[in-house]
Amino acid sequence: MDLKLEHHTTDSIEVVDVEGEIDVYTAPRLRELLIDLVNNGHYQLVVNMEKVEFLDSTGLGVLVGGLKRVRAHDGSLDLVCTQERILKIFRITGLTKVFGIHDSVDEAIAARKSEK
Amino acid sequence: MIPGRSLTMATVEMTFTPLPAHVRTARLVATAVARRSGVAEALLDEVRLAVGEACSRAVEVHQEHCPAEPVRVALTGADRRFEVVVTNTAASDDSMEMPTIPGPAAPRSAGPGPTTPRSAGPDPATPRSAGPDPATPPNGGPLGLPADLGLAVIAGLADDVQVSRTGHGLSIRMSWPSEGTAR
Repeated sequence: MDLKLEHHTTDSIEVVDVEGEIDVYTAPRLRELLIDLVNNGHYQLVVNMEKVEFLDSTGLGVLVGGLKRVRAHDGSLDLVCTQERILKIFRITGLTKVFGIHDSVDEAIAARKSEK
Repeated sequence: MIPGRSLTMATVEMTFTPLPAHVRTARLVATAVARRSGVAEALLDEVRLAVGEACSRAVEVHQEHCPAEPVRVALTGADRRFEVVVTNTAASDDSMEMPTIPGPAAPRSAGPGPTTPRSAGPDPATPRSAGPDPATPPNGGPLGLPADLGLAVIAGLADDVQVSRTGHGLSIRMSWPSEGTAR
């Protein structure tokens, strides 16, 4: 399945809904979107990965790149993911300590707003 | 017998042009052959991800060094093991060292630990740490990424991982337990 990307603003936080497979072929599209969002002044991001069917290290690299970009503006990039097969790759690489990973978009937004 | 060839005939062999779009095809084929070879359903996601990582890595090396050469994948189900060998033909320069297989950041969920001889030294042919994002630190960094994220993922997924030099490049060999012997 190809990659489908949508985004919307909720409570001043930009939520990116990702659906499909994030791999070496599709990851550049996600990277471009994250770069565009940051360039347009969106520094508080939540990436909703609940409909992601596949994620590899290229996708992880894109997410880490996005995190670095928003952090350069004192921003944040949180993830929403409850799928064990996706969470596993974050655990293998130790990135569970790097990203805030939440069970729902509402939880991610609430956690972010509580830190403000 | 062709020098360097295993005595065991691969169940499926494929070659593909080193383009990112074909990595998904390789993943799908590997998963299908693994299933037919008797790999447990619970392990198929690991096979799919590990093969994808190895193929992505090979594609990147080929695109940099030999874009006209195909990436080779051999899938073999025999002796209650399912083995995948992904071979690139790009790192033929004698000065190149084999990549280090990083240890996974978390314990494996199933199976014994890797029996891989973990070679030392970076691989100049594959400066890939976390995909093509220029914001990603090349050798780890403040965000805690392993130097070669793809290999770290493979080491965390496959039962047994070996990286070896072949006649024209490097091969990543990985295997999982299986119940059947598809031929």
